[in-house]
Order: sequence, then structure tokens, then C-alpha cells
Amino acid sequence: MAEEEDKKMIEIYVMGRRYKVPEGLTIMTALEYAGYKYVRSCGCRGGFCGACSTVFRKEGDYKLMMDLACQTAAEDGMFLVQLPFVPAVRAEFEIDELNIEENDNVMLEHYPEIARCVSCNTCTKSCPQDIKVMDYVQASLRGDIDRAAKLSFDCIQCGLCSIRCPADIKHYHLAQLARRIKGRYIDPKSSELEKMVQELKEGKYDEELEKLCDMSEEELKKVYDERKFQKEG
Amino acid sequence: MEGYLYYPGCTLKTKASDYEESAMAVMEALGKPLVEMDDWYCCGAVQSLTTDDLMHQLAPIRTMCCAQEQGEKELVTLCDMCYNVLKQANERVRENPDDLETMNEFQDEDPDYLAEVEIYHLFQILQDMKDDIKKKIVNPLSSLRVTPYYGCMLLRPEKAAIDDTEDPSVMEELLELTGAEVIDNPKRTECCGSYHTVNRSDIVEKRVKEIVGRAVEDGADVIVLSCPLCQFNLEYHQRTTEFEVPVLYLTELLALAFGISVGMKKHKIDPIKKFKEKDILE
Repeated sequence: MAEEEDKKMIEIYVMGRRYKVPEGLTIMTALEYAGYKYVRSCGCRGGFCGACSTVFRKEGDYKLMMDLACQTAAEDGMFLVQLPFVPAVRAEFEIDELNIEENDNVMLEHYPEIARCVSCNTCTKSCPQDIKVMDYVQASLRGDIDRAAKLSFDCIQCGLCSIRCPADIKHYHLAQLARRIKGRYIDPKSSELEKMVQELKEGKYDEELEKLCDMSEEELKKVYDERKFQKEG
Repeated sequence: MEGYLYYPGCTLKTKASDYEESAMAVMEALGKPLVEMDDWYCCGAVQSLTTDDLMHQLAPIRTMCCAQEQGEKELVTLCDMCYNVLKQANERVRENPDDLETMNEFQDEDPDYLAEVEIYHLFQILQDMKDDIKKKIVNPLSSLRVTPYYGCMLLRPEKAAIDDTEDPSVMEELLELTGAEVIDNPKRTECCGSYHTVNRSDIVEKRVKEIVGRAVEDGADVIVLSCPLCQFNLEYHQRTTEFEVPVLYLTELLALAFGISVGMKKHKIDPIKKFKEKDILE
């Protein structure tokens, strides 16, 4: 306890209740310090999985803010709550049956509400990944699927964009459709991949794999550290 | 900038790509290429008339701010709807600086828009280049009878008009340069029915029957315009009539007269057949 007494304590409000927690914790660990146990809204704790969406306000600031609880420091006077889930219905599609050559705008067909975008940019402001969300919605609206996929590449599907949108757009599902189409129809096919699959089928690497399976942990680490990467192109 | 900074709008990238292709080719040939903006946003397509609804003014203001940040004072549009929305939004914030301030404060992640960008429709640019256009005509369309159609968005309201609201002449003047016979069209400033095409196609069908009917009566081979929505309505809804008149973007005709093979891919009524009949295309 002596150690904790030395630390500066801050006050936070979780769903309206006041707690004193040490300074320097993330929102996620501050809530745990206050006694909450996560059954949802918590995943990798490393900023990659998008499970710990949080919305909050700060004392003296009128704006509603949002971020990932595992990546954001708790501050004195924060009003906090964790979001267990963001409801957003995903459009159904058969990836092999999307006729992107003939269809002027396959994105608009699956998510017609994107035409309601008024360019307010609230989605971009709410994105913890600093993605240009509004820009990929706009790219989708004009049928530029390649740009939509590239702009949204870092999306972790936390859904914060979609709870703030005045046009009720389901941004992160839209972005996923763009990336799936890009992977299936736009990106060049990798001849290396087909070759590799063929070689795997023919058992070319069976012997190597068995060798790896028989190695000790130390030997494995050494092999891993000395591995060579496949040449690009 | 050599040429003009250009705002496409969404439809020019999808259903009206014929218009974009032909306009780009024509302006390239005239030595004043259209250069697409680095960033731009859907204008919203319909000018919001609600006075206390600034949310719907954000998109055009944001786009004009992008032009400002690219260091340009002139922004050219092709689509009549986009032209009208951008132009009206610009005039509105000039007349109401408080509105501009409110929006600039809301868009606090971007620089303030200073309302110094001017919005032009391509026809205003072409109007000042008549001598250059004349020099580029290699394939005069002398066997063709054309009639212009202005619709609403180039002429109304008055503060957004590119020409006389009651008696416009810019299209006639440009069309005469191609060598085609220009036929006067008393229905040229009437509405095509616009967005009623979505759920009241009966209204549009009635308008189209009158507009195209008059053009046929007066012996026009093709109707010429620049609005992608009018283009869709006038061609698509001819299916309920006995008519078969191709409806072309003015830049498609200019490109044809310049001898450039471009556009004319997405028409509901094939214009190429008509041009072959008239010995304009082989």
C-alpha cells in the first residue's frame, strides 16, 4: 500500500459513479482497478483487436470523445463507459457473384445509405486508428473500390465510426466489402502462391516440416532468428 | 495551373463516365486540361433549401476548401447538379458570414474556408474559347440537326445561372461551331422531372414525351445537354414512347467534331447508329 500512497490519485466517473484510481493507468486498467471485471469489451489489450471501444467526456469539454480503452490513458475528471458491442447489420453477398465489371457501383447497391453522407467527417474524428473514414465512404460512393480498400486497410472494426454517423452508415462493414472485392477482383493474382500450394500438395516440404517438429525449443528459436524472407515480386 | 482544377462529382465517375471522358479529351485538345482535385466529396446532389440545416452545406463547403488548399481560385464542374449545389452553397456563405463561421468551427480539423473560390460550369469556360474550338474542328457535323436542352440547374435560381434564365444561348453558340444545324427548342428550359424518376416515373414520362416529342417534331436528330440526370431521364424514359432520339453530352459532340474517338459507351439509345446514318461516323 505504501507504494500506492506515493502515487498521485485521480478521480474518474464510471457510468456516473466516482472512483479514485492511480494516475498513469489506461482506461481499461483503471476500470479494473475500480473493481470492474470484463466479460466483454476487452480483447488483445494491445490495440489490435478493436474490442474495447470506449466513449467518454472530459470535465470542461463539451465534446464526446472515443477511443480504445487499452490504448488511452485515464485522466482526472473523465466520464467513462465501455461499449460491449456496436450494432451494425452487414449486407449479404456472394463474393464470386459480384459482377463488378457490369455494375456501375456495387458498393452503393449493397450499402445504399452511403448516398446519405453529408461529409460531416464525424466518422473520421471518432476513429482510433486515424483512418480517413469519410474519405473511404466517399470513394465507395463514386465506385472507387481500390481507394476505399486502401484507405480502410488499418480498420480494426471497433465500430466507433458507425455509432456517431448522422447518416446511419455502417462504415466498417462497407470497408470490409471494399477490401474483399479488392482481394478477389482487383489485386493481381500471386503466381508464387499457386506454385507453393502445388509444391505443398506434392509433399516437397514434408521432410523439412518433420525436422522442425523434432527440434527443441532452443533449436527452433535459432532457426527462426536465422530465417530468410521470400524475395519480393 | 495549366488548365483548370476540376471537380468531377460521383455520377461522372460511374453512370456519366462518357461525359467525363469526352470533356477531358476536349479540354486536353484545347490545351487547357481538366485536372482532378486531390480530395473532393459528394456535393449532396440536391441543394438543401432548409435555412437552419447547415449540416447539408458541409459537403460543398468542404470541397471548395480543398480547392482553396490546393492553391486554386477557380473550380470547374461538369455535372449541372454539382455545379448548382456548389455555386449556391458558395453564394450562401458569402451572403451569410455567420453560417460560414459556424461551419468552419464545426470543421475544426480542416483549415477555414475563406469563400474566395469561384465555381464555374464547363460551358462558361468553353464560351470564352470559341476561337480555339473553331480551329480544332476537323470533322464538321454539317449533316446533323441538333437541339440543345438546358433543363433547370444551369439556369435556376438566377444567382446560379450561367446564362440568361429565360433566353439562354451558350449551348446554341457552342453547337454552331461544330457545323451542325442548330434547331431552336421551345422546351429547352423546362424540367425533365428530375428525381421523380425514382418513385413517380409517370411524371417524368409525361415531361420526356413533351420535350423529346417537340424535338422530333422539329426534326432534330439528337438532343444535346450536360446534366447526367436529365440525360438519363430523356433517354431512358423514351422507352414508353415511339421515339428513339439519342441524348448526348455537348462534349461528346465536340469530341466527335474534333475527330477524337471517346465516350458514347453508356447510352440507352445508341448514338453511333445515328452518326453512321448521317455519314458522320463510318
